[in-house]
Amino acid sequence: MITLEFIPHSEIEGLPTGKRIKKLLDIAKENKIVLLEGQLGKDEETELIKATMTEINERFKGVELAVLYPDAQELDMLRRLKVNLANMLLGGNRQGLTIIGPAAVVKEIKKNPNKIQLFTKDASRKGGKR
Amino acid sequence: MMIKRITELLDRVFRGLFHSKKNIKLGLYGPPNGGKTTLANRIAQDWIGEDVGKVSAMPHETREVQVKEQIEIKSEGKTVTFNLVDTPGIATKIDYEDFVKRGMPAKLAKKRAKEATRGVIEAIQWLDDMDVVIVVLDATKDPYSQVNITIVGNLQARKIPVFITANKTDLSKAKLKSIQDAFPQYEVIGISAKYGKNMDEFYKSLLKYAG
Repeated sequence: MITLEFIPHSEIEGLPTGKRIKKLLDIAKENKIVLLEGQLGKDEETELIKATMTEINERFKGVELAVLYPDAQELDMLRRLKVNLANMLLGGNRQGLTIIGPAAVVKEIKKNPNKIQLFTKDASRKGGKR
Repeated sequence: MMIKRITELLDRVFRGLFHSKKNIKLGLYGPPNGGKTTLANRIAQDWIGEDVGKVSAMPHETREVQVKEQIEIKSEGKTVTFNLVDTPGIATKIDYEDFVKRGMPAKLAKKRAKEATRGVIEAIQWLDDMDVVIVVLDATKDPYSQVNITIVGNLQARKIPVFITANKTDLSKAKLKSIQDAFPQYEVIGISAKYGKNMDEFYKSLLKYAG
C-alpha cells in the first residue's frame, strides 16, 4: 500500500529551515510520499539532501525528489505580480509542488517539461501525470 | 531574452572579478557517474600530465573531494591558473544493496555507501568555495533529474558562474539537444572526456567564464 501525505505550505512556513526539513524527512522515513504545496528554497533543497545523507542507514536508503514549477511564461503580468506579492507577504514559495518519495517506495520520478511520472518499487506502476 | 541579458551581464561582472585572482577554484559537480573524474583526469593530463583520481563504472567511486593545484590552461592567447576540484557525485539516495548487486561483498558495500553519504555532504559544503563550476552531465541520461536542477539552481543563487558539459557524446545514445533544452539559459558544451573529443571548444568556454 502506498501512502501519500499532503502538506499545505502553511504547515511549514513558520518553521526555520532545519525544522522544515526534519518535518518533511520524518514523514518520508515513515515510508510515506510527501506532497508539499509549493517549493523549498534552493538552499533548503541542498540542506534536505545533506540531512537525507546523514539519515541514510540499512533501512532508510534516501529519497527521490522532484519539484513541479509553475510555468512562469504562462502567467500574465498581473498574476505574476499577485504571486510575488503573496510570496513576499506570506513567506516561502507556494507555487508548484514538491514531491519527496522514500527510496524504499519510489523507484524513480521521471520529469520533463510537460509531465511527471512516479514509478513505485513494487510494480513500477505509473503513479500520475501532470 | 531578458534572462539571457542578465546572465551575460553577470558573466562580465564575474569575469572582471576573477581577473585579479591568482588561482581560480574550478569545481566539477554533478550526479554520480557523469564523468567528473574522467574530465578531471583529461584536464590534468592535457596540462600537467597527471591524473586526479581513479575512474570506475561502479557509482560513487569518488567519495572524497580531490584537488589538483596549479593547472595552467591556455586558450586563444589567454592563460589562467586553476585549482581543479573534483567532487563526489551528488545524490538523494544511496543503497548499499546496489553495490552488492554489482558483485561487491556486503561489508564493503555498506562501508562504500557510508563513505558516499559523507562525500555528498562534503561536495555540497565545498560549493561556497568555488569560483567557477562546471556541471558534468551524462548526455545519455535524462537531464531533468531534480539533483541536476538543484545543483544548477544553487550555483545561480550563489552567483557562481557555471556552464554545463554534456559528457559521453561518443556514445550513440547521447542527446546533446535534450540537455540544451533542459537548461536553455546556460551554455552547454558536448564533449567526450574519455576520448578528448571537443576539448578545444571546452577550454575556450572555460576561459571565457574564468579568464
